[in-house]
Amino acid sequence: MFETLSHLALQQYWWAIVSVLGGALVFLLFVQGGQSLIYTLGKADFTRTMVVNALGRKWEFTFTTLVTFGGAFFASFPLFYSTSFGGAYWLWLLILSTFILQAVAYEYRKKEKNFLGSRTFDWFLFLNGFIGTVSLGVAVGTLFTGGNFMHDEMNFTSWSTSLHGLEAFTCPANLALGLAVFFLARVMALLYFFRTISDGEIIKRSKKQIYINVPLFLVFFLAFLALIFLREGYAYDPATGAVFMEKYKYLNNFIEMPVLGVLFVLGVLFVLMGFYRNIFCFEKCSDRAIWPVGIGAFVVVTTLLMSIGYNNTVFYPSLASIQDGLTIENASSSKFTLTVMSYVSLLVPFVAAYIIYAWRAINDKKITREEMENDNDGHVY
Amino acid sequence: MDIDMSLVDWSRAQFALTAMYHWIFVPLTLGMTFMIAIMETIYVRTGKEEWKRITKFWGKLFGINFAIGVATGIILEFEFGTNWSNYSWFVGDIFGAPLAIEGIMAFFMESTFIAVMFFGWNKVSKKFHLTSTWLVAIGANLSALWILVANGWMQFPVGTVFNPDTARNEMVSFWDVLFSPVAINKFLHTISSAYVVSAIFIIAISSWFILKKRNLVFAKKSILVAATFGLITSVFVALTGDGSAYQVAQKQPMKLAAMEGLYDGQTEAGLVVVGALTPGKEPGDSKDAYLFKFEIPKVLSFLGYRSADAFVPGVNDLVYGNEEQGMISAEEKIERGKVAIQTLKDYKTAKDEGDMETVAQLAPLFDRETAEGQDFYENYFRYFGYGYLNSPTDIVPNVPLTFYSFHIMVALGFFFILFFLIVLWFTVKNKIDRKKWLLRLSLLTFPLAFIASQAGWIVAEVGRQPWVIQDLMPTVAAVSRLDASAVQLTFILFAIIFTSLLIAEVSIMVKAIKNGPKEGGK
Ligand code: HDD
Ligand code: HEM
Ligand code: HEM
Repeated sequence: MFETLSHLALQQYWWAIVSVLGGALVFLLFVQGGQSLIYTLGKADFTRTMVVNALGRKWEFTFTTLVTFGGAFFASFPLFYSTSFGGAYWLWLLILSTFILQAVAYEYRKKEKNFLGSRTFDWFLFLNGFIGTVSLGVAVGTLFTGGNFMHDEMNFTSWSTSLHGLEAFTCPANLALGLAVFFLARVMALLYFFRTISDGEIIKRSKKQIYINVPLFLVFFLAFLALIFLREGYAYDPATGAVFMEKYKYLNNFIEMPVLGVLFVLGVLFVLMGFYRNIFCFEKCSDRAIWPVGIGAFVVVTTLLMSIGYNNTVFYPSLASIQDGLTIENASSSKFTLTVMSYVSLLVPFVAAYIIYAWRAINDKKITREEMENDNDGHVY
Repeated sequence: MDIDMSLVDWSRAQFALTAMYHWIFVPLTLGMTFMIAIMETIYVRTGKEEWKRITKFWGKLFGINFAIGVATGIILEFEFGTNWSNYSWFVGDIFGAPLAIEGIMAFFMESTFIAVMFFGWNKVSKKFHLTSTWLVAIGANLSALWILVANGWMQFPVGTVFNPDTARNEMVSFWDVLFSPVAINKFLHTISSAYVVSAIFIIAISSWFILKKRNLVFAKKSILVAATFGLITSVFVALTGDGSAYQVAQKQPMKLAAMEGLYDGQTEAGLVVVGALTPGKEPGDSKDAYLFKFEIPKVLSFLGYRSADAFVPGVNDLVYGNEEQGMISAEEKIERGKVAIQTLKDYKTAKDEGDMETVAQLAPLFDRETAEGQDFYENYFRYFGYGYLNSPTDIVPNVPLTFYSFHIMVALGFFFILFFLIVLWFTVKNKIDRKKWLLRLSLLTFPLAFIASQAGWIVAEVGRQPWVIQDLMPTVAAVSRLDASAVQLTFILFAIIFTSLLIAEVSIMVKAIKNGPKEGGK
């Protein structure tokens, strides 16, 4: 069935998949957001353990989604994979190092004889929660603001700054996005705690945090939108592949692709509605605010990513040599590979189904102090 | 090539470091999940709490191991991009696919059901829990499949054609990539070797309990499962190892020559059982390659070519050519590779300049469907990668490292079969707790298992140097254009992080073992 699609249609299909994975990843970053709150919410060792355990049942999903996001990008748009990872070396290694630390921290933090000490492992979690989210946001920001790469005739990458990616932190739009992702992740984590932890103290502190993190998220997110919507964007001529600057490109994309535009606005409204419900109707509806906010965030991120792959937009502009910018047409795998991979993508709904099933099977009870104390299986983190 | 050599060396060192760390933990994951699933199946079948206790104890050790396996895996996945970015673009069309499939198919299965395995004991039904444990085992082994298919493809690139317009390799047959004989052998040999490592792990720890006169019933039952599993899989390791060697002989003759320290090719070649290489031996010099050796005549020819009098080329034949056998020299291959690279450049330049006449003239050369394309491929293009090399001896990998690693692995392989046989014998006879020497031997065998499995990867990866992709792309051309000092810094960083985490892991593991399985099924 995929054989009949054109190369361009397959490229668009795969851009949609990559965008969806990106959206899912940002939603799942609530785990990282929660990690950045462990010291704020869990003042005592014991409350911290409850918070960590609430997150500990989910961290693998975020991690695996990140890995799969990388793999899917590699398979479908390998030129992006080689250009961005090989060029913005330090930015990516910064992100990845914090994920290495995270992967052992849950399992080892409370184990006897863990060599580095529980505090160190908790600190690893915090680092991943803070640096991981901000830097991932900054890295995604470069899809709008560009990277300093050049390609030779074999499409091999070189990078024009010696900072190899760290320079991205100096761009206001990237930073705004990084901080917006960070605060969003924290807000989602708080909403997740309301739903999964049954402990008065933690709930009280989380409520307070909502009042701080929601406004901060809104400020940075709106700043990011303003910065990219009002600037010139990178467009290309589909006939020749030539890249040129277009005024208000990123805003135009949503206007010229009204379906994406409407979905984007709906996503934003969903997020706002979730905030509203959480703040003004806490007793009755707070439990579920994670869903409107989570789904809204997923839709916003997915449509933002989609918008830069379509409508003749350069999805990874080059600051060093503008014509080298990446588009879904020049960065993609061959038609054959995309076709094969499209068959593989049919597995995704099936995977999602068993994840939801297994997630429900072990998550129907809230985490309580008693459960943490009566650890029979040696599997409290 | 204006690549700084130390950049390549640091990048290789970094990759080797992370891959070898990953490979400490992965074999245990691959094998222990299966044995745990077998133990849990016995529990569900018999309903005996004893088996639940056994399952949970090994499950706990598995969890400790798994976390660090994941930590080392993520960096590997992204290292293809960060440190081998030219490689990633050149072959991303083929190589990216297995990696993505691995994520979608295997990693999600693993991580989802691991959550049930760890947190689900009192929350889901026995059957659901058991199914989850089996799914973790299957998921782990599926992830091995896909990554090994990717690695197999690098050793023997099939199912692809070169596209001059994009200047890269593109996949034309997914099935050829998946069912490549190299990939299949690699997968079977690697996972069975992982089962052997885990079986030894379980036997060694159980032996320790017996030596300490603790948890005797638990320990004997664990040994029974592990020794049975180990005996079967160790025989399989030898068989598939032979299959791997056969593939190497066919597809990577230089690797085979290095594995055997064979400099001058011969017919009726013998297999070296034990031997020592002459230090400082270089290709083309007149030194004897061996200080001493003990070999079985004709066996190498038979193993490599399934015929006792077949000719096995040595290092010198491959470097300097061998007219009698119709082999051309590396120098000649380099010349031809340079022609291929230049032709590609001419084609690209003509295309950029809109010189359609030259384009039309050169295009058929890259199309193997045409007669001239086939001819160009046979005589020039298949040597493309050689064009990046500087001197003929560049094609020789590190012979001593490959040779000794190979012989250590094979010797240990046969030792393990014997070991499992003896352990199983005394376990079935119910005499194992009285055989102190055997229990001590089990403890000694423990590190040997890891040595054998690391040695295997050294054979596979060092033996294929200088190629990242056999004959198509040398390592120097694959590396990301970074400062050598940057890679040096990340190498040191990773060395520190992984070593600290390893120490933490081992120390947690030791403590958990000392605590032993808890009473009462907990
Ligand atoms: C417990 C570990 C273990 C043991 C006992 C053996 N192997 Fe092995 N071997 C591996 C673990 C391993 C491995 C780690 O799984 C490797 C590395 C790459 C690969 O494909 O498998 C490997 C690679 C490897 C290769 C290189 C394949 C390549 O370059 O693609 C050959 C030829 C053999 N093995 C042959 C053997 C033979 C004849 C054995 C005799 C019994 C043997 N191995 C035992
Ligand atoms: C997990 C087990 C593995 C181990 C222990 C291992 C070991 C090594 C070693 C020792 C090197 C350095 C060789 C040298 O001295 O130059 C190396 C290089 C490399 N290996 Fe592996 N390898 C493993 C798996 C893989 C797999 C599965 C792949 C691919 C899918 C792979 C791809 C590479 C690449 C790209 C390099 C760098 C290029 C090179 O120096 O050859 N490795 N590996
Ligand atoms: C160089 C190539 C390799 C890469 C890029 C790689 C990548 C990864 C990644 C990203 C993970 C974490 C997955 C998660 O999120 O749960 C992982 C874990 C794992 N990998 Fe690898 N891997 C490589 C080599 C291998 C090899 C050669 C095998 C087996 C033959 C293997 C088997 C596994 C298994 C079983 C796991 C589960 C966790 C554990 O290690 O215990 N990997 N790998």
